[in-house]
Amino acid sequence: MSTKEYTVSEKRHMGMKAASRISNTVIHIILVIISVIWLIPFVCIVIQSFRTEPTSMSRYLLNHPSIQYSWGFGNYINLWKSDFPRWYLNTFIIALVVAVVQTVIVLCMSYTLSRFRFKLRKPLMQFMLILGMFPGMLAMIILYQVLKDIGLAGANAIPGLILVYCASSGMGYYVSKGFFDTIPKSLDEAARVDGATRAQVLFKIILPLAKPIVIYTVLTAFMGPWGDFVFAKYVSGVTPSAYNVAVGLQSWLATDTMTNNYYTMFCAGGVVVAIPVVILFMCLQRYYVEGVTGGAVKG
Amino acid sequence: MYKKKIVPGVVKTVLGVILAGISWMVASVLVPKIKKSILTPYHYGEDGFWIWLILTVIFAAIGVFLLVLGIMELVRTSQYNQKVVQSGSYIKKTHEKNGFVVFFSNIGKKIAKFFVGIGKGIADLVKTFIHGDWKTKISYFVMGFGNITRGQILRGILFLLFEIVFIVYMVLPRGGAYWLSMLPSLGKVAPNPHGAYNEVLDQWVATPGDQSFRILLYGVLTIFFIIAFVYTWYVNIKQNKIAEEILKSGKPLKSGKDDLKSLVDDQFHKTLLALPTLGILIFTVMPIIFMILVAFTNYSSINDGMNNGLFHWVGFENFKTMFSWDVGGVNYSATFGEILLWTLIWAVFATFTNYFLGILVAMAINKKGIHLKKVWRTILIMTIAIPQFISLLYISKMFSLNGLINGFLIDLGIITPDKAIDFLGGNNPVLARIMVIIINIWIGIPYLMLIATGILMNIPADLYESAKIDGASGWKQFSKITLPYMLFITGPYLLTSFTGNMNNFNVIYLLTGGGPTNPAASGAAGNVGYTDLLITWLFKITQTGTAQDGSQYYLASVIGILVFIVVGVISLVVYSVLPSVKNEEDFQ
Repeated sequence: MSTKEYTVSEKRHMGMKAASRISNTVIHIILVIISVIWLIPFVCIVIQSFRTEPTSMSRYLLNHPSIQYSWGFGNYINLWKSDFPRWYLNTFIIALVVAVVQTVIVLCMSYTLSRFRFKLRKPLMQFMLILGMFPGMLAMIILYQVLKDIGLAGANAIPGLILVYCASSGMGYYVSKGFFDTIPKSLDEAARVDGATRAQVLFKIILPLAKPIVIYTVLTAFMGPWGDFVFAKYVSGVTPSAYNVAVGLQSWLATDTMTNNYYTMFCAGGVVVAIPVVILFMCLQRYYVEGVTGGAVKG
Repeated sequence: MYKKKIVPGVVKTVLGVILAGISWMVASVLVPKIKKSILTPYHYGEDGFWIWLILTVIFAAIGVFLLVLGIMELVRTSQYNQKVVQSGSYIKKTHEKNGFVVFFSNIGKKIAKFFVGIGKGIADLVKTFIHGDWKTKISYFVMGFGNITRGQILRGILFLLFEIVFIVYMVLPRGGAYWLSMLPSLGKVAPNPHGAYNEVLDQWVATPGDQSFRILLYGVLTIFFIIAFVYTWYVNIKQNKIAEEILKSGKPLKSGKDDLKSLVDDQFHKTLLALPTLGILIFTVMPIIFMILVAFTNYSSINDGMNNGLFHWVGFENFKTMFSWDVGGVNYSATFGEILLWTLIWAVFATFTNYFLGILVAMAINKKGIHLKKVWRTILIMTIAIPQFISLLYISKMFSLNGLINGFLIDLGIITPDKAIDFLGGNNPVLARIMVIIINIWIGIPYLMLIATGILMNIPADLYESAKIDGASGWKQFSKITLPYMLFITGPYLLTSFTGNMNNFNVIYLLTGGGPTNPAASGAAGNVGYTDLLITWLFKITQTGTAQDGSQYYLASVIGILVFIVVGVISLVVYSVLPSVKNEEDFQ
């Protein structure tokens, strides 16, 4: 091989390349570490859900002779026998109804605030901004009393929860309003000139264009009830049949001892809850990302 | 060339003087107390002083900072303006006003407008009554009469129906009039679950008595209803006036069919907004008003106004409790100060660690030459998909005394079993606080990564290219291009995430439950812990209670109002200085 003369700029270029190769390697290593850290809890939760011996202390990394451990589907079978299917059904019903109603309400709200110019528009938006600064926790005490008064707390907590989730969902209009704002107004005006009513404009022109944000709204509305803990706990009180999964599983962890199986059953329950939500989320991920990056930032 | 306004500088200076002044006044109260508490040990409230002192010092520092900033800005502006005038080529122009000034002058204007509007409305009503025909005059008493006689049957019937419903509601035995009349006292006869002896029946009969809770609730609702009625009545008269004028000019009136049609066309927004706003009104606004009022009563689980005792108005008593050094041996002031301080620290750390680390991760994934971009992203996004309560509860168990982490540490021989570390409980407040912040990073980075990825892709690539040609280093590029761009776009998001973190109930409550317990605040309601935010404290107050006081809902309300004030002030200040909060129409 003949030695080749490199110009200064070529040398500099090569130096930069080497530097970027090193930095890329470092970044790859960091990303691997990050991924491991982010995955550890999920891997652990899945592994632990197959343990059949009690207590939350685990020594699976190193083979510890003093602990007898065994594997099996015991937790999932126990789960099926416990109140868990009921909680699951409760949550599923809530999520389904809320997903439909909340989407309709949020879309109505955000579309109107994005497209119409009426006298109360600005005051309404400012008012809701101020309302949002009050801690929602405050409203819970009274909402619980009211629900109790009309018989929708305790054993009947499910319709009560649905009512409250749906009724207050108008507040979450920011993201989809941001999206509607990006659809050119000239489309509406053209249709109006052609004689379409406002309602026709919405259903025939805007909604088909707004598919990503509709899916985003449905997705977030559906996922919300799976994670709601405080209010559901408050409303369902001490009636286990009216728990949702979050309250139910938390009640297990709260009574976890060295001798019962609640900890591992919690893990199994967590896996059962997470699987459908994660699958749904992964399928619709594209829309979620679009919603978050498009609407949320502008909001 | 334009002149610069001096308003921003003046506002900052004045604000700085006010803040510094308040701090000075507070400090002048504090210092003698601290001296006293040093001289006399075991004096109540001695634990609390240093917290207020820290808060005061912080406020004073902010005040001085603003003062210096304001004066510097004033000097700079005046120099600039002199130059502009000297150059002789300046144009007069109405400038964009400072957010602060606009906000306050707008409030003033709005209030003035409101009263002028009411005055005009009343004058209008009188005029219409004098000049209107008999149909209009009767409509003052029978709503919708004019509409029906003029052929607008649908509108007329709706008006009439509303009036009938209103009157029936008001005069019912336990109707509007009753609730309103009880509102000032919140009930006189206490409900008695055990009942009183009834001689005729010869048995004990429960006496329902007055129910303060219902009185307050329905009293507020009745006031809502009355306002709605007055407004409807006003609309009814106005419509009569308009109808009269239209008929006079010889044009036909809108029929009921036209009205219905306009609901999907010109008035479509009313159709769309009716249901959502009604829901918000009943399930968000009403509870908030109720709870604000509760802060001025002694509503607790003992005096719950439903089954047990009455509650009544106490004025500002609860606020006094919250800010006093010593109420029955409890120093609420110090407890509140400490929790507020931690809430602010938490919000700052939780927001900015997530923000910068999220951007860094996003940049790392987006960097040229990084493989498997999709895989990294998907792994992170999975954390968003899994319901938070599962991951949070699981992590809290992982770090608990007999959890996974301790198990590993013991197995690896780093610690002995009897020295297991209680990361989140224990008696090490600093460790618990650091742990929640770190775990919150785990929760928050994926979300920030998503947002940052979207924005990073929108930064024009030629900016970087020209920077590279100029020889800018990676850090220079980040600090001069990426960061300013991100901050500009995500300014409002940062603000909402800051206030959101102040009220981040789930992370704290599910991880630590507020613990480890704070012994200094053991007397205060709600079993205060070191990682408690104001919002979790509020919740715990509603959940726990002593036998003698019950759950002190009134204290929870006071905290709620204070949280609102803190969040509101922060939002107001930040919004008025943010560059990216522009007219929303700019986006469209």
